[in-house]
Amino acid sequence: MGSDQIIIEAQQVQKSYPQPHGDPILVIAPTDLAVNSGEIVALLGPSGSGKSTLLRILTGLSKPTGGRVLWHGEPVGAVQPNVSIVFQSFALFPWLTVLENVEVPLKAKGVPAIPRRKRALKILDTVGLDGFEEAYPKELSGGMKQRVGFARALVIEPEVLFMDEPFSALDVLTAENLRSELLELWDKHEIPTRSIFIVTHNIEEAVLLADRVIVLGRNPARIRTDFRVQLPRPRDRKETLFANYIDYIYTVLTQPDAAPAIPGQEEKPAEIRGAKTMYEMLPHVRPGGIAGFLEMLDDRGGRDDLHRLAKDLSFEIDDLLPLTDAAVMLGFLKIEQGDAQITPEGRAFAHAEIQRQKEQFREAALERLLLFRQIRRVLESKSDHAVHEEFFHDLLDEQFSEEETLKQMQTAINWGRYAEIFEFDAGTRRLRLPHSAEANAQLERVKR
Amino acid sequence: MIRVRTFARSVVRQPTWTIATDFCVLFLGLAIFYGVVLIARYWSGGAIPVAQINRSPAALPLYAFYSLARISIAYFLSLIFALGYGWLAAHNRRLEAPMLAILDVLQSIPVLSFLPAVMLALVALLPTKQLGVELGAIILIFTGQVWNIAFSFYSSLRNIPRELHEATRIYRLSALQRFFTLELPYATIGLIWNSMVSVASGWFFLMACEMFVLGKRDFRLPGLGSYLQTASSAGDTTSILWGLAAMVGVIVMLDQLIWRPVIAWSDKFKLEQVESVEVPRSPILEALRRSQTVKLARKKIIYPIEERLTLKLAERAQLPEHKRKSNKVFSYFLLFVVIAGVAVLTIYASSRAISLLREIDRANFVLTLKSAVATFVRVNVSLLLASAWAIPAGVAIGFHPRLARIAQPVAQIAASVPATALFPVLLLAIVKLGGGLGIGSIMLMLLGTQWYILFNVIAGAMAIPSDLREVASVFNLSSGERWRTVILPGIFPYLITGLVTASGGAWNASIVAEYFHLKDQTLSALGLGAEISRATDNGNFPLLLLATIVMATIVITINRLVWRPLYRLAETRFKLEV
Repeated sequence: MGSDQIIIEAQQVQKSYPQPHGDPILVIAPTDLAVNSGEIVALLGPSGSGKSTLLRILTGLSKPTGGRVLWHGEPVGAVQPNVSIVFQSFALFPWLTVLENVEVPLKAKGVPAIPRRKRALKILDTVGLDGFEEAYPKELSGGMKQRVGFARALVIEPEVLFMDEPFSALDVLTAENLRSELLELWDKHEIPTRSIFIVTHNIEEAVLLADRVIVLGRNPARIRTDFRVQLPRPRDRKETLFANYIDYIYTVLTQPDAAPAIPGQEEKPAEIRGAKTMYEMLPHVRPGGIAGFLEMLDDRGGRDDLHRLAKDLSFEIDDLLPLTDAAVMLGFLKIEQGDAQITPEGRAFAHAEIQRQKEQFREAALERLLLFRQIRRVLESKSDHAVHEEFFHDLLDEQFSEEETLKQMQTAINWGRYAEIFEFDAGTRRLRLPHSAEANAQLERVKR
Repeated sequence: MIRVRTFARSVVRQPTWTIATDFCVLFLGLAIFYGVVLIARYWSGGAIPVAQINRSPAALPLYAFYSLARISIAYFLSLIFALGYGWLAAHNRRLEAPMLAILDVLQSIPVLSFLPAVMLALVALLPTKQLGVELGAIILIFTGQVWNIAFSFYSSLRNIPRELHEATRIYRLSALQRFFTLELPYATIGLIWNSMVSVASGWFFLMACEMFVLGKRDFRLPGLGSYLQTASSAGDTTSILWGLAAMVGVIVMLDQLIWRPVIAWSDKFKLEQVESVEVPRSPILEALRRSQTVKLARKKIIYPIEERLTLKLAERAQLPEHKRKSNKVFSYFLLFVVIAGVAVLTIYASSRAISLLREIDRANFVLTLKSAVATFVRVNVSLLLASAWAIPAGVAIGFHPRLARIAQPVAQIAASVPATALFPVLLLAIVKLGGGLGIGSIMLMLLGTQWYILFNVIAGAMAIPSDLREVASVFNLSSGERWRTVILPGIFPYLITGLVTASGGAWNASIVAEYFHLKDQTLSALGLGAEISRATDNGNFPLLLLATIVMATIVITINRLVWRPLYRLAETRFKLEV
């Protein structure tokens, strides 16, 4: 290994989705990315950051709206890249046995029956599935199913093995086990694959497995950092450098504008850029979740290391980041060098009784978040103090994708109802001012 | 691997079973062969002007066989067509919307009013052969059963999980391999359930179209339907009972020999992550699985064919995309030609149809509108009556598993007898009691539609979570409150589904229910269905066309304005989400 031959090269690839009205939404900003032979690359990013889309562009499953992908120097489409994918949901055919599942890609290649069976049996043996050839997927545990997924992906001897969150549907122990077996196969060259590209939202997994880690920022997706993990394998989680890498990634992920130094390297990367947007992107969490999280943090002395926090609570970053994002957004939390620090407002919020909590949440949201300010202003200015959801939908539409707009609206309604900023009638899909506020608004009008 | 087996009873019995089933399979093959010969000889024979229907019970097996053959052929044609239609609609973005719209409209057109046109066309095409009339009946059944199968296949294809789809793309499966590895298996369960519904409605239409009068011509096909009608006309109660028994016998046999094994077999196509506790079983399927003949046939015939086909197609699929373009252009060209052809034909036919409509005078227009109102009232009264007994009964059955165990099979058998088979019998009774067809036709509509409501309500009541019902009893709700807060909202989506189907069925049934030849007299009531039937009788095509158009328009309008909004409401507000 160690030869740095480029297998796949993405040149300024970007992806945008057309909108029914208005400009298309850019989900992946123009990005350069290369996959070299002999390396395991991990692509990290918060959920919804477009990392799966990027994977599908690299494999040729999805066409970029701009830029191009080269396979050994030739554009994908003119050549068929020799790759396969291990899916998060396993994507096995439930009506086929394990053996038949593994034979499917070989059948597609036109491999005749006898060599086909031989190859399938051999790879099943490699991944530790001999004896299960005639079983149906539903008879297997999650870990076993993913082994079938690996066998099916490896049986065509792909040059690059893509994996889309392959371990995230498994329990912790099974995932750990499967990860180390994969590494063993890779290190001993028992699989023909020359490079592995894994998409994950598990920071520890990335540092544990990868030779190279790429972190994506979102809205639109762009590469925040791309660095080599200078640790020999097998890697020890307790080592200082390991912890430093994890803190570093946390810092990059939690602070959109920061450009901290990569551990083990001197110079700062120049690529780090944050995206400025008009509306704050609401993380999809419940207000109660934020309060619970702050309470917990306060019980731990008000300051703690993010990675330790995630580990102790057995949270994935996808669970933790939205909570911290929301708390930061509302001014209840500060992030400093991979540590979370509760603010005085946050402490007050965590310990207030329910009515006071709502008030505090309302004040913070109206002061800091544009969307809520706008909703409130619109409702107050209308004579019937009610307006259809679609109105705000259209405003958000200009900034977010269709799907994200719906999610944003849902979260906004959730927060707004909680904080009594507005009421929402699910039947008519209309937002209206709460009665107390309505009276106030009328008073204002009269005064004017 | 050596497996030590204890010499248990079951092991001893196993081979006996296998030999028995092998013989069965063999005889079945012979029987099918003979049947094909029989049909071929009968069809290619000269047209039988008016088939004499023999009322002796001894003739029943042959009649049952003829009816069954018609149903089977129509069903397989429907299946093939539906697979093609659904596949095209799901895979071609540009065709998707128009194809779905066509599906929607064709589903709403009363099939029975096509009968005369189709019959005349085919008899004209094949004047000397019995095949003409037979094909007419088959095409009619086909149009009655194809649409829901097509729609089921289409929506299954659209619902395939994304990652499964991507797996077939990343491994570059050919279109045919993708069809057999992913698409068809994924859609199988939906196809089977819809096939059962379709075949049931096939029986409904077959019973009606085996015997009918068109102007001076009397079309009769030997079969169970014509047997029952002949027996009723003659007032021959014994023959009626024999005929009904044969009908029920055929349907029960189909259920046991075909549907149950097929359902048990389809269990492996469930997209579930873990094995479920309750697996449907069928002794016949198990016997077939053990049969050596079947195993041999699979190994020697099916497997090699499949193998050669996949290998052949694999080569092409491996080529990079741009090298396959040339063929794509050709297929687009072909598609364009087909679409253009269809469009030209449609324009021509509809312009001719409009010129036909000009022949209708004002009085007939008014009459048609009056009839439409009468049938509209009748259909809705029958829906109300059906709901009035089926909702309480369905809820009672759904809430009490013990009652369900007794009531459900009975109801299923009762429902499986096509309403059109019972029409002549019921009519005889109505006439004897001195009732007119005005009220009688409502009873006839009820006969066909009540089951849709009953079965859907049972399913809905069963789906209400028991904790919701417990809440109702904890709070001591009165029975009125219980119905209002728990039961009705709980069964609402199911009830709507049942009502939609029942409403469509009732409109279709009006054609047979409002106008009837009995012995030598003709019974009729004011109604759109009677209008269609009378126009058929007199060979009055302009009126037939007008009445059909009016009926289709009403059905489509009701679907759009009433059922669809209710359906959406059911999907959003009244969905019990897990």
